[in-house]
Amino acid sequence: MSPDQVPVVERILRANEDLAARNRHVLDMHHVHGINVMASPGAGKTTLIIRTAQALQGRRSIAVIEGDIASSVDAEKVRAAGVPAVQINTGGNCHLDAVQVQKALGQLSLEGVDLLFIENVGNLICPVAFDLGEHTRVALASVPEGDDKPHKYPGIYAAVDALVITKTDLLPWVPFNLAEFRRLVRGLNPDIRLFEVSSVTGAGLDEWVQWLMELTARK
Amino acid sequence: MTVHMHELAITESILNIVQRHAEQAQAKRVLSIRPVIGELSSIVDDCVQFYFDHLSQNTIAAGARLLFERPRVELACEACGHTWQPVDADWTCPQCGEARARVVKGREFYVESIEVE
Repeated sequence: MSPDQVPVVERILRANEDLAARNRHVLDMHHVHGINVMASPGAGKTTLIIRTAQALQGRRSIAVIEGDIASSVDAEKVRAAGVPAVQINTGGNCHLDAVQVQKALGQLSLEGVDLLFIENVGNLICPVAFDLGEHTRVALASVPEGDDKPHKYPGIYAAVDALVITKTDLLPWVPFNLAEFRRLVRGLNPDIRLFEVSSVTGAGLDEWVQWLMELTARK
Repeated sequence: MTVHMHELAITESILNIVQRHAEQAQAKRVLSIRPVIGELSSIVDDCVQFYFDHLSQNTIAAGARLLFERPRVELACEACGHTWQPVDADWTCPQCGEARARVVKGREFYVESIEVE
């Protein structure tokens, strides 16, 4: 029998995308705005989420899904700050997927929640391909990581709605060309929202929080 | 602890798609698979083939070769319409200097076809 070409033309991650669409629907029904937070390990994801929750206290209700390969250190930190949090352990996976988020959603009470942060596994490559059902994608880039990351990982900068440059209090001590970094990122993603924040001093936090307030404005 | 790269999840998805289409076509065996994955997706081809060889054992797709097509990033300038392939992460238009590039190619992420017998 001679070989046959069978046309397929099917998106590789369609199963994940279909499930992500269902997660988004669950969030929509509860009027929850989901934000997928992606960054390398140590960029300050958990700290920014906690500072943000504190800044939004009394104005918006927040819940958090924490994704890590192992441990519940991050969820405990977030809960200690008074924010409801569920921990996902990916059991070795380098990214969250829609299945894991679906399970986590089942463990959270979404009633009255305005904003759900989904903190992805620390990684600049793998999470980008997986839709979780979020409404907004945010990446963090911390000053000590260096300003060359857009050269190495253009995919993530091209794929997010906003980028938060974190640990800006270290700018006087670390070589980081902020103007060049911003120029590169804007080139990769002309519509991206850029924020500069120090979770330590609180500088720049207001602008970021204001943006989140607008995203979750009650109709 | 073993860290599973995203290539594993992607390989599982490819295998599912291939099995379904091969069965629909009433094939006996899958000889090759054409995944099209744009340059903006960071995938290590050899890694996917390695996982695939392992996962596809005892399936209709055992021994199939993955013939990757990896379209390079192609950009179009929103200001002047110029199209080009960037050489690095500097996506400023080489023609007019505007930084408003639209991705025309490089985000592909699908299985184009399979070769069966």
